[in-house]
Amino acid sequence: MSTAFRLTDSTLRDGSHALSHRYTTDQVASIVRGLDAAGVPVIEVSHGDGLGGSSFNYGFSSTDERELVSAAVAAATTARIAVLLLPGIGVADDLRDMADRGVQVARIATHCTEADISEQHIRLAKRLGMEAVGFLMMAHMAEPGELLAQARLMESYGADCVYVVDSAGAMTTADARARVGTLVEGLGCQVGHHAHNNLSLAVANSLAALEEGAAQLDGCCAGLGAGAGNCPTEVLVATCDKLGLATGVDPLEAIAVAEDLVRPLRPAMGVIDRAGLLLGYAGVYGSFLLHAQRAADRYGVDTGEILLELGRRGVVGGQEDMILDVALELARQAAPTPAGQGSAAGRGPR
Amino acid sequence: MTLSCVVIGSGNIGTDLMMKLRRSPSLELRALVGIDPASEGLARARELGVEATAEGIDWVEAHAGELDLAFEATSARVHAANAPRLAAAGITAIDLTPARLGPPVVPGVNLTRHLDAPNLNLITCGGQATAPIVAAVASASPVPYAEIVSTVASRSAGPGTRQNIDEFTRTTARSLEEVGGAGHGKAIIILNPADPPILMRNTVFCALADGYDEAAVAGAVEDMVARVAAYVPGYRLKSPPVFEEGPFATPGGPAAARVVALLEVEGAGDFLPPYAGNLDIMTAAAVRVGEALAEARASQGVPA
Repeated sequence: MSTAFRLTDSTLRDGSHALSHRYTTDQVASIVRGLDAAGVPVIEVSHGDGLGGSSFNYGFSSTDERELVSAAVAAATTARIAVLLLPGIGVADDLRDMADRGVQVARIATHCTEADISEQHIRLAKRLGMEAVGFLMMAHMAEPGELLAQARLMESYGADCVYVVDSAGAMTTADARARVGTLVEGLGCQVGHHAHNNLSLAVANSLAALEEGAAQLDGCCAGLGAGAGNCPTEVLVATCDKLGLATGVDPLEAIAVAEDLVRPLRPAMGVIDRAGLLLGYAGVYGSFLLHAQRAADRYGVDTGEILLELGRRGVVGGQEDMILDVALELARQAAPTPAGQGSAAGRGPR
Repeated sequence: MTLSCVVIGSGNIGTDLMMKLRRSPSLELRALVGIDPASEGLARARELGVEATAEGIDWVEAHAGELDLAFEATSARVHAANAPRLAAAGITAIDLTPARLGPPVVPGVNLTRHLDAPNLNLITCGGQATAPIVAAVASASPVPYAEIVSTVASRSAGPGTRQNIDEFTRTTARSLEEVGGAGHGKAIIILNPADPPILMRNTVFCALADGYDEAAVAGAVEDMVARVAAYVPGYRLKSPPVFEEGPFATPGGPAAARVVALLEVEGAGDFLPPYAGNLDIMTAAAVRVGEALAEARASQGVPA
């Protein structure tokens, strides 16, 4: 059956942020079985920050992502398993290991203006016989023309598709249309869109991207994901069904996976509360949220203040270490005694 | 005693290195060596009264008798080709490329162990900025796992770094083990395109076992920052070292706590702009290594 677009479900990758990277192999296997049976063609599994993301900076995975990926490959019958890799975090050996485990799609992500650091990994993915997808993160920070120039680099390295990734959920529908439309017009390869829901526009922007010619879209069950969450897979599928757009995915089965397998995991993110909205409003990387809340608690400062200052500083995805930097600075500003009292000044509560 | 040296490579790094070497009391810059007669770096050398040649490694070989040191500021591939010729000519190589033919060195940490090596490798800018901090922590408490996040301004990351980001990441991680003494090392490299460009930032996380001495660890880190700042004046801590209680399940085993050092590197602005602290720390470390070789040879009475 021909479909209106190809859906990649990222519940087990972007959704991992909302669970502080604590997926178990049993949870991965059951969610993959559910999505596979529902007809989802591609399922992404990795640490939320991609291969090698397990770290002090982004949070350690409680189960090694290699075991999670192998469990996913074993559980899938028709769905293909994808992984995410950010050059500078994951390395080539991680990708080789994933190819050996049966992963068929490699999504290589860079900040939207730094596409040229993806060359080694996109070329390697192709040499390993994988489908290679370029993933231009924080794409709201680049104007459409600039984004196209970056996307062309990824295409020139061999990418089969390049995504406009709204990592901060900061794009209006017009923003998403302009970027996706410009890439569709200027590239020979496919174009995808990855939406976040901070402005409550994830499904609307995904549908707009489709109208502009996007061939691939992302979702996460129950909208699980960094910040205010992703485009909810089951809502996207159900809406497409009403619009007469073929997805190849059974809406009721997708709803069942979201309701019965994902909601019981009690995610810590995925709502448009003050912090969730501020991320989209200030254009800050969604996965900063939980780290900012923890630093706010530890150092007695406000989560929203941290997020807004990160936005002012122009930090990019991956710079979670700057959350601590900002929290310490805010704590010093608020402290009644002068800063510089030795190491105790920065110590959190025991 | 002064050592006679050349800089091979007339790009941005070689030019910045030339500016620093002209100020060194113990290193005499004999020439800037390039391969392109139209190179801006060679023109700048001539303006400053430094001999400039576009004859490349052939020139160096022809003048081998007058030379003690060669700073290699080309690329890993070029250095791999040049290294045997420098060795055969009896010229010590100080390698700023990621070729990793010689031992990885960081001044003030492990340089004294490698003063006789024919080839010394300066790792990466991220390694120069962070491995000393890991070594400092390890001197006060075992470090089963160390992790660094090194963020540089996009404009200061050249094509060599970008096209070889995988090697850059792995080489930096390995230096945390080989030079820093961590049981397991991980490096994260980020490029930030903000305009105006950000200064280089480095964050070092070290896992700490139960029973660590907070004052000893903090003191060791602060001492090390002062030692690096002696040759990289813009190297500084943004906050006193931060101690956070775990437990943490690190790849090096469970850890009771972690210490976090938030560092900034502002370049000296010799030729490269101040935001390019990542490049400044490489050229400054290279000069420091050359000066340490001069001191060592003087004390050993080795003829120049």
